[in-house]
Amino acid sequence: MIKRTVKNVQEALQGIESGMTIMLGGFGLCGIPENTIAELVKMGVTNLTCISNNAGVDDFGLGLLLQKKQIKKMVSSYVGENAEFERQMLSGELDVELTPQGTLAEKCRAAQHGIPAFFTPAGYGTEVAEGKETREFNGKMYVMEEAYKADFAIVKAWKGDEAGNLIFKGTARNFNSCMAGAAKITIAEVEELVPAGTLNPNEIHIPGIMVNRIFQGKKYEKRIEQRTVRQKA
Amino acid sequence: MALDKNQIAKRIAKEVKDGYYVNLGIGIPTLVANFVRTDISVEFQSENGVLGMGPFPFEGEEDADIINAGKQTITTLPGASFFDSAFSFGMIRSQKVDLTILGAMEVSENGDIANWKIPGKMVKGMGGAMDLVASAENIIVAMMHVNKAGESKVLKKCTLPLTGVGCVKKIVTELAVMDVTPKGFKLLERAPGVSVEAIIKATEGTLIVEGEIPEMILD
Repeated sequence: MIKRTVKNVQEALQGIESGMTIMLGGFGLCGIPENTIAELVKMGVTNLTCISNNAGVDDFGLGLLLQKKQIKKMVSSYVGENAEFERQMLSGELDVELTPQGTLAEKCRAAQHGIPAFFTPAGYGTEVAEGKETREFNGKMYVMEEAYKADFAIVKAWKGDEAGNLIFKGTARNFNSCMAGAAKITIAEVEELVPAGTLNPNEIHIPGIMVNRIFQGKKYEKRIEQRTVRQKA
Repeated sequence: MALDKNQIAKRIAKEVKDGYYVNLGIGIPTLVANFVRTDISVEFQSENGVLGMGPFPFEGEEDADIINAGKQTITTLPGASFFDSAFSFGMIRSQKVDLTILGAMEVSENGDIANWKIPGKMVKGMGGAMDLVASAENIIVAMMHVNKAGESKVLKKCTLPLTGVGCVKKIVTELAVMDVTPKGFKLLERAPGVSVEAIIKATEGTLIVEGEIPEMILD
């Protein structure tokens, strides 16, 4: 067994410097690496390029890094719930590359799988396709998109073991599973870190080879963005 | 009378057939789930990674790890599955999802749709809409026929940045049901009590009216 554990978030984030490109998993606030984000705020690294489907909300998730102006560029598909984000974008302080959600996911997956580029129909005929190669396959037009190149991928899983194997829960899998192994170094923070041999190999979502450093997060707030319920009859 | 949002959803629900996998966008499309016949089998997909979505959870049973694309807490039904974002759009691109229902700011008579950006005013991002409209075989748009200023949103040519080209198949508004055809919008049904003339007036794009146009049946 090759051990991937590090003792804490500080050790996990060693080597992250200002100006780097970092992928962060999560959809909205669901499945975000909370402990890592809090530590990045403390570290004070700046000029980051962050690849993440959303930018959190004003006071949680990546919104915390935006507040401190640590992000130079965001690569996202949807930024709707963050007023500070919209303000920085419209004022030009923040560079934003809006990317269709499926394309964003596939650009991560392509990097994860060692594929330099792929063709997708998403965005054909729109401003997303401007300046990109397009090609016809079987009578339909496609846009060429390239794999991301990132320094670090930071993912959050439900359970993980010493070997770096990961299991996700519910829709918190989202981009976490696509980003694991998609950068030079992958850091996984998990709610529960267990000894090797505890998790059933049949149930592993991401094998440990894709994860360089794994640690158990100290605590998880798991904030809910839109709490919707129904009443018991 | 023009339809309200729930009535638009109710009319669209009639397009949902037995055995369909359906992706619902945010807004009016989300309401469609409330009106789908209960005697047919339908599974709802949410592009953040779930198939087989159920209703909202009971109070106290919300789970931060189980949400829909609108970031709302949800439940799952028997037969449900979770998957990652790349896989989710894989099933969308490979057309396993039978029907996509989404909102729009504008549609044009050749089936173009704009729903993600108003330059200089509003940029929320496209989310999964560009992937959905570029891939889905069957796309129904749920929208208001005119904007708050009374201007038509059913146009010859979209004025806003596009989400997708030549993709919309059917439109249901508060006034009418229309198909997008090579010759323009074909009027199929009108809202109860709404005249064909009122629909013509509210439509900037080419509207084809052939024969008697029946009223929508909502129940």
